[in-house]
Amino acid sequence: MFGSASGLKLGQATRDAFGDALQDLGSRFPDVVVVDGDVGNSTRIEVFAKAFPDRAFNVGIAESNMVSVAGGLASAGKTPVTASFSCFLLCNAFDQIRMSVAFPHLNVKLVGTHAGISIGEDGPSQMGIEDVALACALPGLVVIVPADAPSTKQATEAILRYQGPVYLRLGRPKVSVIYAGGCDFQIGKANRVRDGKDVTLIANGIMVSAALDAAVELESGGVSARVLDMHTAKPIDEQAITAAARETGAIVVAEEHLAAGGLGSIVAATAARTQPVPMEFVNIGDTFAESGDPAGLMEKYGLTPAAIVAAARRVLSRKK
Amino acid sequence: MPSIPELQDKARVIRRHIIRMTTEAGSGHPSSSLSATDVVTALYFGGFMRYDPRRPDWPDRDRLILSKGHACPVLYAAMAEAGYFPADELLTLRKLGSRLEGHPNRRRLPGIEASTGSLGQGLSIGLGQALACRLDGREARVYVLIGDGEMGEGQVWEAIAAAAKYKTANLTAIIDQNGYQQTGSTAEVLNLRPFADRIAAFGWHTQTIEGNDMASVVSGLETARQVKDRPALIVARTKKGYGILPVLEAEGDTNYHGKPLPPAVAEKALQLLS
Repeated sequence: MFGSASGLKLGQATRDAFGDALQDLGSRFPDVVVVDGDVGNSTRIEVFAKAFPDRAFNVGIAESNMVSVAGGLASAGKTPVTASFSCFLLCNAFDQIRMSVAFPHLNVKLVGTHAGISIGEDGPSQMGIEDVALACALPGLVVIVPADAPSTKQATEAILRYQGPVYLRLGRPKVSVIYAGGCDFQIGKANRVRDGKDVTLIANGIMVSAALDAAVELESGGVSARVLDMHTAKPIDEQAITAAARETGAIVVAEEHLAAGGLGSIVAATAARTQPVPMEFVNIGDTFAESGDPAGLMEKYGLTPAAIVAAARRVLSRKK
Repeated sequence: MPSIPELQDKARVIRRHIIRMTTEAGSGHPSSSLSATDVVTALYFGGFMRYDPRRPDWPDRDRLILSKGHACPVLYAAMAEAGYFPADELLTLRKLGSRLEGHPNRRRLPGIEASTGSLGQGLSIGLGQALACRLDGREARVYVLIGDGEMGEGQVWEAIAAAAKYKTANLTAIIDQNGYQQTGSTAEVLNLRPFADRIAAFGWHTQTIEGNDMASVVSGLETARQVKDRPALIVARTKKGYGILPVLEAEGDTNYHGKPLPPAVAEKALQLLS
């Protein structure tokens, strides 16, 4: 969808990369088990389930039970990975994530796929647009939104190594490969995928490749844009945000999420405290979307490179 | 193995702790704790649970999850009697800085198996623990104590269906059927009985016992332990406030939900239990 302007090739969807990575890691992480709410062929958790059937549980269409079962498995020494659509996981089972996972700080890996509006035709009931806000609201939960397939594979291994509760947000459509040469993925540490001095575009998920395209467009107009892949929404990379604010003097945050409580809110709260600079935000705003083709939806709801370019021009005009 | 009279004595000691600690705290759920006291006493002291208070994280231990987390005074009292911490600490219940919080917190108090208090989640957590123990080839059993009002939570039924699917014979659910929930009788608020028939239809082994009769409790737990091919349910018919019922009747409130006995009433209750 995005990345062509910056010469990126289309790769796997992040959910596909996750499914493959989890299977690859299965032998090296013998404590990993999966708990499915009967959407394993959509979340790709079934790839692991087929390879390790004894370590896979499908509890049916029952997200509440699914999450608490994962909590129970973790409290008896397992490393459960439990996956559903991001909206059903976070919205249907929020109290279970709160009480069976986050409050006891158990080693559960929550994976929400089909995030955002880029799922397309299935429509708003299936679109996780508030999941990052909900996940970030819970004390102690790590929240990761990878941008492409290679970084998703690294993120999958990183969350299995990390001891504690994690929410990993993944998408449905294929996305451009940003890290063709591999990436150094560290939880809580943003990746500078393009350097620049006039403005910083901070993005996560599918919007990172959109930000790279926007940077190309801005460059043609003489604006040098830094692009940060802020793959970890919590804990936020305060150092990278502060440096971006200090060194470029303006920030645009782009995400496939509601305005409230997402990456934009988190970056703004951080910069306001450490190095206030003019900021603009590219997100879904405060609305539910609708059914339609993914590219058309992204266009209609303002999640495009052009929208990021426009936001960058606005923020530059406010820059002192 | 302790005799039935010895277990009854232990239950009396635990009931006294419950009254004292909730009255000292000035809040809490003594009546919901008293109904479950005989079951909890039998589990900890009747030879049903293997545990080591010096090693609360012993992987082979049997586990009790108090899904009706508001009844934690009975759990704390049993844990103190079992040696997890000194009985003096019971009087810190609900106070700032105490490990004995208003609802169980497993991060804070070693020996607590699940942080509960949001009703409906304990059986799912217990199912996860039972699956993990079975996967690791451990003999450990998981007991989950659920309130009858709590059965209104749909998640419990999700867990019942999933446990039947996975035939977790190392999982035993006990419903403390004391007949009351916050605003009235379970029959009036939301009648979900008969639990045994309904849950048997899912594929569980079920039995109904007299949950405030120690001999019946011990025999029910023994029967459940012998079930080797599926999860087991015990419906424990109990009375909310059992052990001090005449005192609650004199107070004109046999539900007595979510409030401690005033000191003078507590004194009468303790005399009854002496």
